Amino acid sequence: MRHLLSTHDLDRDNAISILDIAEDMASFGHRDVKKLPALRGKAVVNLFYEDSTRTRTSFEAAEKRLSADVINFSAKGSSVSKGESLKDTAQTLDAMGIDAVVIRHGSSGAPHLLAHSGWIDVPVINAGDGTHEHPTQALLDAFTMRKKIYGEDSRGKDLSGVRVCIVGDILHSRVARSNIWLLSTLGASVDIVAPITLLPHSIGAWPVRVWHSLDDALASGCDVVMMLRIQAERMTHAYFPNAREYGRFWGLTAQRYRRLNSETIIMHPGPMNRGLEISSEAADSPQSLILEQVSNGVFVRMSVLYSLLTGAKGQLA
Amino acid sequence: MTTSTLFLNARVLGADSENVLVENGRIARRGAPADCEAVEVVDVAGNIMLPGLVDLHTHLREPGFEQSETVLTGTQAAAAGGFTTVFAMANTNPVADNAGVVEQVARLGEEAGYATVHPIGAVTEGLAGERLADIGGMAASRAHVRVFSDDGKCVHDSLLMRRALEYVATFDGVLAQHAQDPRLTVDAQMNEGEVSARLGLTGWPAVAEESIIARDVLLAEYLGARLHICHVSTRGSVEIVRAAKARGVCVTAEVTPHHLLLTEEFALGYDARFKVNPPLRTEEDVIALRRAVADGTIDIVATDHAPHPIDTKDCEWDSAAFGMVGLESALPIVNKTLVQTGMLDWSAVARVLSSSPAEIGKASSAGSLGEGAVADLVIFDPHASRVWSTSDLSGRSLNTPYAGIELPGRVIHTMRHGYFTFHDGNLRDEALVAADAQKYGHLSSTQTVAKD
Amino acid sequence: MSATLLQSDDVTRALTRIAHEILEGNKGSSNLVLLGIPTRGVHLARRIAGILERIDGDTQIPVGSLDVTMYRDDLMSNPMRESALTQVPVDIDGKTVVLVDDVLYSGRTVRAALDALTDVGRPAIVRLAVLVDRGHRELPIRADYVGKNVPSARGERVNVRLSEIDGDDVVSVTSGGDA
Repeated sequence: MRHLLSTHDLDRDNAISILDIAEDMASFGHRDVKKLPALRGKAVVNLFYEDSTRTRTSFEAAEKRLSADVINFSAKGSSVSKGESLKDTAQTLDAMGIDAVVIRHGSSGAPHLLAHSGWIDVPVINAGDGTHEHPTQALLDAFTMRKKIYGEDSRGKDLSGVRVCIVGDILHSRVARSNIWLLSTLGASVDIVAPITLLPHSIGAWPVRVWHSLDDALASGCDVVMMLRIQAERMTHAYFPNAREYGRFWGLTAQRYRRLNSETIIMHPGPMNRGLEISSEAADSPQSLILEQVSNGVFVRMSVLYSLLTGAKGQLA
Repeated sequence: MTTSTLFLNARVLGADSENVLVENGRIARRGAPADCEAVEVVDVAGNIMLPGLVDLHTHLREPGFEQSETVLTGTQAAAAGGFTTVFAMANTNPVADNAGVVEQVARLGEEAGYATVHPIGAVTEGLAGERLADIGGMAASRAHVRVFSDDGKCVHDSLLMRRALEYVATFDGVLAQHAQDPRLTVDAQMNEGEVSARLGLTGWPAVAEESIIARDVLLAEYLGARLHICHVSTRGSVEIVRAAKARGVCVTAEVTPHHLLLTEEFALGYDARFKVNPPLRTEEDVIALRRAVADGTIDIVATDHAPHPIDTKDCEWDSAAFGMVGLESALPIVNKTLVQTGMLDWSAVARVLSSSPAEIGKASSAGSLGEGAVADLVIFDPHASRVWSTSDLSGRSLNTPYAGIELPGRVIHTMRHGYFTFHDGNLRDEALVAADAQKYGHLSSTQTVAKD
Repeated sequence: MSATLLQSDDVTRALTRIAHEILEGNKGSSNLVLLGIPTRGVHLARRIAGILERIDGDTQIPVGSLDVTMYRDDLMSNPMRESALTQVPVDIDGKTVVLVDDVLYSGRTVRAALDALTDVGRPAIVRLAVLVDRGHRELPIRADYVGKNVPSARGERVNVRLSEIDGDDVVSVTSGGDA
């Protein structure tokens, strides 16, 4: 594994290895000295074409804890409108002698292009591209589920037998895509809940069970409910009539939350629209792992950085 | 002074070898004896002779986008691909929506001499889809425009489309529709399906093309007008055209070489060389399109040669330009997808790549190898296979999707109006071609055609 | 070619001797913490602690694991290494920490362990116990307690099998292809 571009092409062994190393990273997370020297002398660029304080901060924390030198390169807006192409930026970074690129980009496939264009020859980590994938988010979600289910015995385990229900804008969600592929690879079964307008037209080809009613899906029993952020602009493009109706049919309202089995895990990749896709009662409940997701994000990203940047050619052993 | 060329051992339209004598820009004699008098004798050793190819759908980019292509470089690419006539699309800058622009393009073509250039006129002013362009003015101009298209944009307003069909018919023209519902394709990047869903690229549903074609064949039927559909790309579109033809609607359709060969799977690497409008579709569509050419539902193959500078392709997929160059590779791809598959013989190839497009575009001097016809012809070796590369291109841009793909066949000679534009695998010198064009260009000049 | 150096009984004897030496050096078991270096060092540390507890009556000896992967100096030259758990059960400040590993060779692992230990706390004394010392040190490091000194060639491999992981206790040496 040289890059982390998607979970679609991440095999089970590599995925489990990343999660296991993240467990070890987590074991350092509680002590006074949190820094590890593993990536000392390595320069990692956070190349962010989209604002995302959460993801960038999480990567930055992961890089710093591994002693890497962090260079934040924010190039807001598309490369075309800015006048400098992705190619020129990549070649510039390459000339600076950096060791890895973490890229967040509004265009699907931009990390793939960076990794395979020959413009730059370093590991590329996808920190979210357009409506394509967000692999580290899916990895931290899987890590969080596994930790909740298996605790200290998580190492080496997959998610066989776990039922995960993903609710919301599947069509535009890179989080949903990455989760669907990774969860399937790890043996979980995935249920999708959304109005048809927010599903890909060819959802039938995906390894998921599709529901249109959240109540029916929840009543059928699931171990994890993952709520996706709904973008306000979807309303103006006729994907659904208004926020009130969306919340009524597909939101994790207080009422729906109270009907959940007390073991059901509640997750959300953030940032949340409280009162729209998720009620505060659900988000702040003991069943909610939303803050664990944030802390685990750092460990999983440390693991990914460690896995890609060490080794003779960044190869997994 | 008489010029003449004797082609020995030419398999005309794939038939048995014969000798063909060209004199003073015309086919003088078929089945000529091997020892007849000629200035130049060319033994083509059993290769195929076809009438010079006619492309009803070429983007020459001049005026306005000369960094991508010019009339000269685009017609050089045409000559290298065996084309002797090209119809130049109207989406230039300024748009070819008035007599001035179309006459300029036609004149540049005449001067360069590598191919006969028929400008296509815009349907609407500035391709804006709001008001009709100067259709009559372009039809009556020296460029003698007979094909009108807003290609790149769809004439989507139904009332405007009705008026355009009627008005173009008034001038004995044909409207070539770029069938794309703009609302169903907002921000669309590639065929809508499993691949677009996985790649997170906004889908371009087949129905966005099919719904426009369905409406337009109904309009054409109602109005009794002639309609041509550009670059049909889906199985559903084929069905609509087939049903319309069965009812006697006066509709013709084209398919591009790339839609006959490539599928949406090529988008998997986010390589924008495969980004094109309409998008590459599925294997099922490719098969339906090939069958449609074979059974005549689709009348012609047209390249949609769309040159773009390298930096508009060497970038993020959704920022990249739509389109691919296709003049040089068209005949090898037709060979691969239709001839080698047994779906077309060489006389049918001559129909879909020469006589039918000439007929649709009213380029009456093109498309024939009969005695007395203007000597536009191509010699093609169908067996010379090669791995395609950008070095096989003769135009200004390099955005070919076929680099690294093995394509069968090679154009050996292209002759326009009795003089070579492409000789023995090489483009002929610019100055020599321009000089020959001055002597023989009149054979297809608009005045001549107008008198016919 | 493989030659057995220690059988199961030899391993037990060696560990027992190390346990006695630790008690002697430390003048009892007070303040002792055993940290094994994963994977086999952790099992050896547990065994030594068990022996210490048997010798010294009812004292509980804290045992933990100290993963040194992140501190290695060869992370960029070898294939990526899977890390392991670090678990330090008690505050080690002011304690006597005995690092336990299976084989002492170049000394680089111990160097990494000393760095890792620094990030965990500040022990009063750090000692090193190894089951086998095969020589060929590349750093100025030596073990305080050695189960067996095994003169070896660089091309040879010293294999330690422990029953907790491998099913039996055997230490053997295999001659490598290119010595």
